[in-house]
Amino acid sequence: MSNLKGWKEIPIGGVIDKPATSRLYKTGEWRVSRPVIDREVCINCMQCWLYCPDMSIEGSIEGKRMKLGEFKMEYCKGCGVCAAVCPVNAIVMKPESEFIDE
Amino acid sequence: MPVKLTVTGAHAVAQAMRQINPDVVAAYPITPQTPVVEYYATFVADGMVDTILVPVESEHSAMSAVVGAAAAGARTMTATAANGLALMIEIVYIAASYRLPIIMPLVNRALSGPLNIHCDHSDAMLARDSGWIQFFTENHQEAYDFTIIATKLAEKENVLLPAMVNLDGFITSHGVESFEMLDDEVVKEFVGTWNPKYSLLDTENPVTFGPVDLFDYYFEHHRQQEEAMNNAYEELPKVFEEFAKISGRKYDFLDLYKTDDADYIMVVMNSTASTAKYVVDELREEGKKVGLIKPQVFTPFPKKEFQKALNGRKGVVILDRAMSFGKEAPLYSLIKSALYEVPSRPKLGSYIYGLGGRNTSPKMIRQAFEDAFNDNLVADEQRYLGLRE
Repeated sequence: MSNLKGWKEIPIGGVIDKPATSRLYKTGEWRVSRPVIDREVCINCMQCWLYCPDMSIEGSIEGKRMKLGEFKMEYCKGCGVCAAVCPVNAIVMKPESEFIDE
Repeated sequence: MPVKLTVTGAHAVAQAMRQINPDVVAAYPITPQTPVVEYYATFVADGMVDTILVPVESEHSAMSAVVGAAAAGARTMTATAANGLALMIEIVYIAASYRLPIIMPLVNRALSGPLNIHCDHSDAMLARDSGWIQFFTENHQEAYDFTIIATKLAEKENVLLPAMVNLDGFITSHGVESFEMLDDEVVKEFVGTWNPKYSLLDTENPVTFGPVDLFDYYFEHHRQQEEAMNNAYEELPKVFEEFAKISGRKYDFLDLYKTDDADYIMVVMNSTASTAKYVVDELREEGKKVGLIKPQVFTPFPKKEFQKALNGRKGVVILDRAMSFGKEAPLYSLIKSALYEVPSRPKLGSYIYGLGGRNTSPKMIRQAFEDAFNDNLVADEQRYLGLRE
């Protein structure tokens, strides 16, 4: 939470003083476990990208194929769907306590 | 020119509200607050104020309606007592955290149960941690004056906190007494026009009130509330000074009565201070060096003022009109902890009195002083005035 503002810098009363600010709000903070992917094992099938309910997994097009991108931890809720659908078990869910100081 | 009115305390408060002329008042009747809003409704019906009066179906709705109106940018007031406050308490906390300067006379009455309609301060103490500024008033004049003072303080940009003005149920609210009412124009100028920092109706600058505030910012917002309360403490002497200029009545955090050379001091809030002053006068005639402190401000708690006033005294007896079951009484515990660092701590005594409207006689007040004279004060012991064994 080190990138968040201090108490002297924010509007009082919990007021949001500008419109359309929800895209600035990071919703991944209450995750208890996170997906960690082994890129050596990944076959770029894009199943995890397709199933992720929060669109937290990025993908891009390379030629005629898609390529798996980054897992965006700002929005990932740690639901584990990506790990569950991975056909080659390239994704494992690790407890958030292992990353607490990041 | 100010005029003398001989009316009930409820009427005096309603007159202050009329002169402040809030945009919205939402309230639900509860004894002994009812006449405050009754009188005010008459002013509305007679076209003497610009207020929209919302007769809601409960106190929870009353506070919700004024929170909504205040967030929309209106100057708002409500009034309640005891169980009414208990029913609205969820929104009472929310009003403070949203930083809405709502003004609320609280006509002090015992919280149920068992059911009781008479005066004590259990209702005010229910809200002691809610983030509201809390004033306590001895009589009609103070109830009137502090309603005006509260408005001036609450709306300051570095404060923006709601404020409640406590007056004793029936004793002050229904008793008839004279008070001096300022000119309408003088009060109007003193409180000025309310310019809200944020307004839901300001479509040029759209804002959101009440979004979810989780572990990432809730803590910071609470720290801001503490800062606002510190600012209220800093601003109050200035407001008292300004009020003295228009009224000739100079208030302070503590009303110090004959304390200058006093060896023994009693601390008591609201109307019982009148009885205590009578006893202090009697004891002074008997040659006893006694005095009285009546806190006018409970939140922000005037800790430094108590330290200054009580350091070096022989004995201090503190009267609470509310209990905090299993813990020390609210006013007592705060004063006791305030004295932790003073160089010369007095002996302390804690006395519960007047619960559920139990009459507090001069004899009972004298009994507490007698304990102090006889070196019979035990700081860790809670005693009771007027309780049958």
